[in-house]
Parts: sequence; C-alpha cells; structure tokens
Amino acid sequence: MSDKYKIVVSDIKKNFVSGQGALPVIGGVSFTVDDGEFVAIVGPSGCGKSTLMNIIAGFERPDSGSVRVDGAAQRGPSPKGIVISQHGSVFPWLTVQQNLMFGLNDAEHGARHDERAALADHYAAMVGLKGFEASYPHELSGGMLKRAELARAFVVKPEILYMDEPFSALDALMNMRMRTELLRILAEERHTVLLITHDVEEAIYMADRILVLSPRPTTIQASFQVRLPHPRKLASPEAQALREAILRELGL
Amino acid sequence: MNPNFLHQGLAKKILPPLLVLAAIVIVWWQVVLRSESAIFPTPWQVLTGAWELAEDGTLWEHISASLLRVGIGFGLAMLVAIPLGLWMGWVGGAYRTFNPIFQMLRPISPIAWIPLAILWFGVGDVSPIFLIFISSVFPMIVQTTSGVHTIERRYLRAAANFGVSRTVLFRRVVIPAVLPEIIVGMRIGIGVAWLVVVAAEMIALRSGLGYLIMDSRNAGNRYDLVIASMIIIGIIGLLLDGITRLLERLKTVKWRYVR
Repeated sequence: MSDKYKIVVSDIKKNFVSGQGALPVIGGVSFTVDDGEFVAIVGPSGCGKSTLMNIIAGFERPDSGSVRVDGAAQRGPSPKGIVISQHGSVFPWLTVQQNLMFGLNDAEHGARHDERAALADHYAAMVGLKGFEASYPHELSGGMLKRAELARAFVVKPEILYMDEPFSALDALMNMRMRTELLRILAEERHTVLLITHDVEEAIYMADRILVLSPRPTTIQASFQVRLPHPRKLASPEAQALREAILRELGL
Repeated sequence: MNPNFLHQGLAKKILPPLLVLAAIVIVWWQVVLRSESAIFPTPWQVLTGAWELAEDGTLWEHISASLLRVGIGFGLAMLVAIPLGLWMGWVGGAYRTFNPIFQMLRPISPIAWIPLAILWFGVGDVSPIFLIFISSVFPMIVQTTSGVHTIERRYLRAAANFGVSRTVLFRRVVIPAVLPEIIVGMRIGIGVAWLVVVAAEMIALRSGLGYLIMDSRNAGNRYDLVIASMIIIGIIGLLLDGITRLLERLKTVKWRYVR
C-alpha cells in the first residue's frame, strides 16, 4: 500500500535525552504525502516541528517508527529531497553561480563546466537573479539570498522540497512575495513539498493539505484539505473560515 | 565616494598618530640636549647613522637576512600547521590526542628554546629558522583547528544534503570556511616570527637586524645605530602585518569580516 505515496511517515517517536531524563518530543506521528502534493505542517513553537522535519529529511533518526520515501526506507539526506531552512545555507564564500553549481556533478549534469554553468544560470534567471551570477552572498539582500537558495535546490531537480520556516526570517512584504514566486516555480516544475511553518496564512496560501500538530509530545491533531483555486485570496470568506478553524485547533 | 570625504577620512586617520610621533621626537631631542648625554643619541644622530648604513649597503644585507629567515621558518610552519590544524579540527581523536600537547608547548616562550636550538643546530642559520618555526607553528595550528570547529553546521548539512564527495566537501566547504581563521593565524604567526628572529639573531650570528643591534652596542657604543635598527624593525613589522591584512580583502574571505 505504501508504494502509491511519495512519503509515508509511520508512528514516529522521539525523545530528547538530557541529564534529568528523557523528554518526549514527538509522540507518534503518522501521515502520508502524495506525489506532487504540497503539505504544510503547522504547530505551536517548541512542539518539535523542526525535529520532525529533520527525521523525515534523513538528518536524524527516530527512536521508533519509520519514514519511507518512494517505498524505500529513509537512510539519510540525499539530493532527492533538499532542505530549505529559515537561516539559509547559501555558502558565503562562493558566488551565486558557484553556489548553484555546488550540487551539480559531471556524471549527471554534463562533463563540461560551461554546460553546468549554463544550467545554473538558467535557474538563476528563473528566480530573478539574472545579472547577479558573479555576486557574493554578502552583496545580496535577504530576499535575493532566499532566491539563490531556492535556485540552488531547484537546479539539482529534487523530487521533494523540505521547507522549514523558509521565509520567516524575511520581512512581511518579502515573505508574501516569495510565496507567490515559489508557487509560480512549482507550477513550472512539479515537486512534492513538505512545509513546516507557524504561519497559518502562509500554509493556507500555498498548501494542498494542512496538518496541525499538538503541543509536546506532538501528534497530528487535525488535518484540513485546502480546496481553493490559485491564486488564493486570504481575505476570502472560505480562507478566513479555514484560518479560524485551524487557529481554534491551535487553541487561539 | 566623494573625494573630499575620502581626503578628510585619511587626514583623520593619519594626522593624530603623526602628531604623537612628532611630540615624542621633540621630547626625546630636548631630553638628550638638556641631559648632555654622551652616549644616548639625538633623533638627528639616529637618522644620519641609519643613512650611513643604508649608503654602504650593510643595512639591506641585515634586513634581507632577517626576512629570509622569517620567510623560511614561517613558510615551513604554515606547511605543517595548516594541514595539521585541519586534521585536528576534523578528526575528534586527533584533537583529543594532540591538543593538550600543543596547549602545553604553546605558552613556552620561543626564547626558552634558544639553548636547545644551539645544542641541536649550532650557531648558524638553522637555529633562528627553527625558533621562528617553533614560535609561529602553534598559534597557526590552534587557529586553524578552532576555525574547523566553528564551521556553522548548516553549511555541513547543506553539503551532506547535496550528496557531494569528500573531496568536494573539503575543497568547496571546509577549506573556504576555515580560510578566514587561517589568515588570522597567519597574522599572529608572522607577528611572533618577527619578534623572535630579532631575539634569536642577538645570540651569535653575523647578519640580521638582531645582530646589528648587538654589534652596534659592542662595537663602540653606537647607540644611534641601536635605535635606528629598533625603528627599522618596527616599520618592517608594521609592513608584514599590513601585507597579511591585505589577504583579508580577498573576495572569498570577505564574508567573514563584513556584517
């Protein structure tokens, strides 16, 4: 049964072990993600959202339970699923182009340097960084840096994007602009997306389905399908009703 | 930028230290004149003494001898310290094994090594080179190691995420991430190396700025030459630091120094 889903998370549990003993953080989380689906996970801060994401992306091991991607057990991070996180990880010592070429290799993306450079430049243009290929990250604004990070992920054609509060370090205006940009790119290149956020409106604006996490030890408390056509209007009565319902689940 | 502005900035940077320097020279001159010292020279005597050495060429010989020793000793120290520091930073076992030893050797003044240097290498060029090596290798090891330890995890995670080979990880992530710390280590290293070469050359050799100081005193109390050498040592030290500082302007390390 698991083969028809892109990601299958079954009964993940994780404790934090400290001097005082074991603190249960994730108390049994199960869900599935379809191929090409955009699933958002919202939860109160400190509920273990990032730990959950680290486990699904393969950076941490659960104490029990399993993660399967395309039917195979998750064995560790790989270019199949790229993580985009809040603070970003664009290498400050490489130019935009060098950053975009970082994940490219001779075997898959062309043996010639200029072939790979052309591929990198294509994605730089796609996120609106044309003309900044030779710039260093410290010469870019926060929004541009985020674009570079997205482009670096897209260029390796990952099947899955794991986004952990991707835009929350940006200002509100840039945050909204990046949501629209991301949807535009996703319409061109189909990816499965798992988004972790504390921003309910961000989830409603982009996701196909929203999972609400409970406080620690976290479990999935509720699930909402978002059946609104894109581009979505957050001020519409349907979106507002959904927002109210999710906030109610979060105890607000 | 407005050139007028630049001009003002430069004046602000250079004028105050120049004024202090001028004040020191004036006080020095007055004190020597009033005390009617027979040995301690006036600034003018120092200047003419230095000129004398520069004209007959011996000054350049001493300077290049000192610089050559520093170049070789410091170069060898870099060749050892950078790979060793990277290895110790990356491999926990290597760090736990070697770090306590280096931390113990580091506070020993390089001057304390002089008797051993003479015992092992005799009185020649090798001893000062060894002392320079000893003095600059430890700070560079420590700095490189801590550079590896302070690499932000998110960069290592990103590298793991893109599934790059170990070679790419080292060449594209670890080394460039540590480079700013290596440059800091080089600045510290070249500073101590220059301190030590002068001290080492005072022992017994036939060239170098340290030798020049001792020789000038021994050969008829030429204190004008002693002070001239001291000033030249200071100026060269400043230049060496300035040159290593230029490395901080490299595009690939600038990220560490901005923001």
